[in-house]
Amino acid sequence: MVELTLFVIFGLAAVFGAVSMVWARNPVYSALGLMLTMLSIAVFYVSNGGYFVAVVQVIIYAGAVMTLFLFVIMLIGVDKSEERTERLPVQRPLALGLLALFAAGVLWAGRLVWVTGAPAGVVPVDGSIEAIGTELFRKWVLPFEVTALLLIIAAAGAVALALFREDGGDE
Amino acid sequence: MTVTPGWYMALSAVLFVIGLSGILLRRNALVMFMSVELMLNAVNLTFVAAGRELLSIDGQVSVFFVMVVAAAEVVVGLAIIVAVFRRRKTASVDELAELRG
Repeated sequence: MVELTLFVIFGLAAVFGAVSMVWARNPVYSALGLMLTMLSIAVFYVSNGGYFVAVVQVIIYAGAVMTLFLFVIMLIGVDKSEERTERLPVQRPLALGLLALFAAGVLWAGRLVWVTGAPAGVVPVDGSIEAIGTELFRKWVLPFEVTALLLIIAAAGAVALALFREDGGDE
Repeated sequence: MTVTPGWYMALSAVLFVIGLSGILLRRNALVMFMSVELMLNAVNLTFVAAGRELLSIDGQVSVFFVMVVAAAEVVVGLAIIVAVFRRRKTASVDELAELRG
């Protein structure tokens, strides 16, 4: 019963946040809507037993990533709201039609057993730090090390993009 | 009435489609990028729900890796957006059409 209440409340919050993110003219409102959705998803992680990923979701997504987004929005300027005219002639009706088709397909496919697997139970798995760490450092230790390389490359790439703009900016 | 993992999968499908609509309908590079993040979050919710249904923790480990890749992607993507904005003074993807034949 508690889970049902949480699902209804935060499900509505997540959908509202997502729609307002797409709909809002001001990018700051979009960022706030996305933040609401991400916090709601963290609640769903807790409902499903993913305590560690819920904490990481709040810290990394709602904390770091959204701060970065807001920082860039401030850097670029909030008053530059885009015009709503669409330049491609059939883009909007075509996009909406394809979206409806895709939504129907995904919701239909989600009912099939080969997508979801055989239902084993609705008891949450143990998603504590200990369980995840054991799995991560035994079974997935090589991918874990590769992510370190990925993060270094990303940081170096961001620094390079920030540094070399003066040399190339002869336009 | 109990909440089964299928409910969460349906909700994440809805969120994924909303994120996809943001990609298709908006022209602001920042909002499009946020839509990508929303789609990644929807897929993460699918992973966690499927892990619960299959009584496996691998779903949550996958979420961990997706978050790492998403963090790296955000860093590089936002750096590119800022670099483009510095040069072109716009964040609209309609303006970036130099390669047009």
